[in-house]
Amino acid sequence: MVQRNNLDAASETAFKRDLVALIPHLRAFARTLCGDAAAADDLAQDAILKAWDARSSFQMGTNMKAWTFMILRNQFYSEKRRSWRQSQLDQEAAERTLVAADDPEAPVALDEMRLAMGMLPSEQREALILVGAGGFAYEEAADICGCAVGTVKSRVSRARRALHAILEQGAYDRDGSPAGEAMRSILSDAERLSGPR
Amino acid sequence: MPPKKDALERVSFPLMNDPELSGPVGADPEPSIDEARLRQQAIGVKLRQMFDEIVNEPVPQDFLDILRRADDKGSLGGQG
Repeated sequence: MVQRNNLDAASETAFKRDLVALIPHLRAFARTLCGDAAAADDLAQDAILKAWDARSSFQMGTNMKAWTFMILRNQFYSEKRRSWRQSQLDQEAAERTLVAADDPEAPVALDEMRLAMGMLPSEQREALILVGAGGFAYEEAADICGCAVGTVKSRVSRARRALHAILEQGAYDRDGSPAGEAMRSILSDAERLSGPR
Repeated sequence: MPPKKDALERVSFPLMNDPELSGPVGADPEPSIDEARLRQQAIGVKLRQMFDEIVNEPVPQDFLDILRRADDKGSLGGQG
């Protein structure tokens, strides 16, 4: 049987095995980009299919995790460009995260972290996640995001400062519902802190 | 005459002055720098926890199904 792509059967099996192993990581990355769990799974599935369709263009032996993360990220931004305005501070994501964080089972510290992450501009959030949780080197994160290494470093550093400020102030009302005024003030502080210096 | 051994030991390493890289064992650490570093470490830990929590979730069946379907489609050869 003639293959439509350039991979032989053994390579295709190996590719698929590696892709399946990356699914949990792609889901986690998608969740941090989207906030909403269902939308994140849709995004991750689209990215996995795209990666599968592009399997013949993958260079065996190179970093497949970075390659799939890049595909997922590109997918996210192409969808986002279609439907959302590009904003420096993604207040919608913050609000979605706030709703998502309303889970009595989850530990409080993680709720706070999710909320605070949702307040960061998306390019800072992704840089921090890739380097701080995804296990990527700055150089790999720069490849994934299509920017210079120095840009990634500065985004990570600004994200850390902003997160610290948000967590320090207490980003949510511990009794339950978010306090609108406090929320707006924290958001504007986060914007100021995370802005260019 | 070669420098004495204890003179070499007193050579200061520039990296040790970098708050990001030096450990908490400095002779006269600035408390604010140590505190900031600890807080950043706590943020790092929580960040990884948040990420790993999702990584450790069982993969929904949908994900395995889409790859199986993609496989079937692939075996149809040039059609489509």
